[in-house]
Amino acid sequence: MKYLCLAYGDEKKYAAMSKAELEEMGVKCKSHDEELHQGGHLALIASLAPTRSATTLRPLNGKTVLYDGPYAETKEQVGGFFILEARDLNEAIQAASKHPAARIGEKMGCAVEIRPIEFFEATGAIRA
Amino acid sequence: MENPETASVLAKVEDVYRLESRRILATLIRLLGDFDLAEEALHEAFRAAVEQWPQDGVPGNPRAWLVSAGRFKAIDGIRRRARFDENAEAMARFYEDQGGAQGDAPGDSSGEAGEPSGTGEEGLEDDRLRLIFTCCHPALAPDAQIALTMREVCGLTTEEIARAFLTEGPTVAQRIVRAKAKIREARIPYEVPGPEQRPERLAAVLRVLYLVFNEGYSASSGDAVARPDLSGEAIRLGRLLVELLPEPEAKGLLALMLLHESRRAARASESGELILLEHQDRSLWNRDLIRAGSALVEEALLSRRFGPYTLQAAISAVHAEAAAPEATDWAQIAGLYDVLLKADPSPIVELNRAVAVAMRDGPEAGLRLIDGLLVKEGAEEKLNEYHLAHSARADLLRRLQRNSEAAAAYRRALELTQQEPERRFLEKRLSELDASP
Repeated sequence: MKYLCLAYGDEKKYAAMSKAELEEMGVKCKSHDEELHQGGHLALIASLAPTRSATTLRPLNGKTVLYDGPYAETKEQVGGFFILEARDLNEAIQAASKHPAARIGEKMGCAVEIRPIEFFEATGAIRA
Repeated sequence: MENPETASVLAKVEDVYRLESRRILATLIRLLGDFDLAEEALHEAFRAAVEQWPQDGVPGNPRAWLVSAGRFKAIDGIRRRARFDENAEAMARFYEDQGGAQGDAPGDSSGEAGEPSGTGEEGLEDDRLRLIFTCCHPALAPDAQIALTMREVCGLTTEEIARAFLTEGPTVAQRIVRAKAKIREARIPYEVPGPEQRPERLAAVLRVLYLVFNEGYSASSGDAVARPDLSGEAIRLGRLLVELLPEPEAKGLLALMLLHESRRAARASESGELILLEHQDRSLWNRDLIRAGSALVEEALLSRRFGPYTLQAAISAVHAEAAAPEATDWAQIAGLYDVLLKADPSPIVELNRAVAVAMRDGPEAGLRLIDGLLVKEGAEEKLNEYHLAHSARADLLRRLQRNSEAAAAYRRALELTQQEPERRFLEKRLSELDASP
């Protein structure tokens, strides 16, 4: 079974961090990240550019209309995602709990949301 | 017309339902992999028993017969639907394979009701644990954990659960439906967690049990007679848990519940007024429950792997051992609060510790501690807004004969309390103060 994990955080708080703080966090993240990779459940992982670069498409009067910005206007936004291959939710929870957003960054509003994937298709178009 | 023999067999079916239906359900959920399918199968199995036992006799192992019958009926049901759905046939074969050899199912009429062989009798005890851990899975909302546990493990109806928690039947039903859907869709496994995750998961189970117990114990609102005995259910469940998984903290929680329960008859007056521990008629305390609770506390303490529940139970046991309030071993209680404060720090524990210190070292020492706690900054749960902090402070001031300060503190407590019996108690104390010079 596949699970999509969405890593959340408060972008403003990230932006307000000093260079030294960012570096310190980078070091902390690294060991967690390695653990996540070594667990054998991680199928795919990505981190995202800030939501200021997001474009949202909505159907309106039979047309597709473009909006600048993310779908939801909330403080905490998705900053990264990964897909786990796991036997069940317990295994997924164990694997996802290794991700930095589930471990550190409490003050950044960090969180990981686990969503079971109902339908999954990987096409040949993906390039690493 | 029913003959007497039939009537006695039917009474036996009812007995088995009352005593075993939850265990049978727990096993059917494992065999069928789905709560709803298992519940349907459970009812089908008992329907088959009502039809067949009067003719074939009661089987030697009714539980195994019913598990086998339920599984058979479920597979049969899937197969009947299979004519319209090719997936269903594959599903039916899958369930057949899962259960191993089928033994003589109730469907074949080979004379006497036989003993099925392939229902995994060795896993049956684990099934009840699996059910408890699944219902209390932390990925389910706390309300849903409670509702699901009461429904599936204790066998209460949704209406009974709603009455017990003073909510609406449809609300409870909705919670249960949503929880089952999540179990299915997110694939929450039907298993007892491994050693690595067990302490954390057991803590979740114990939390549910204690919430259920407290809901029954402190139920001061609603029609008490019409509300099912939640404390009793929680204790039954606690006993089952200790039997299946004799972990120190499970024993500690069971002890705590038994010790609380031992005082039930003494803790309120006939008119429903709350009676403080020191004013309770100790001859009303249930000695059997105290003995059982104290023995469990001792076992848990000896393990050296105990936690907050065991420590709270130990404190409760020290109180229970005192023949009169004056005989209370406050030094031991204060010492236990010190340990509890390290194991599970909270403002409430700090407050209770201060009260124990006041009893050991005098009201002034306690007052100093409470005053210190009230000005403490940054605490998430503000003790300042907690009525018991002010009533405890008022009590110490009263004992120091600082009456006007005591009255002010009682008034503050009155402003903050939500409970009617508590309010009456505080008003009584206040009027006593006003009456004294």
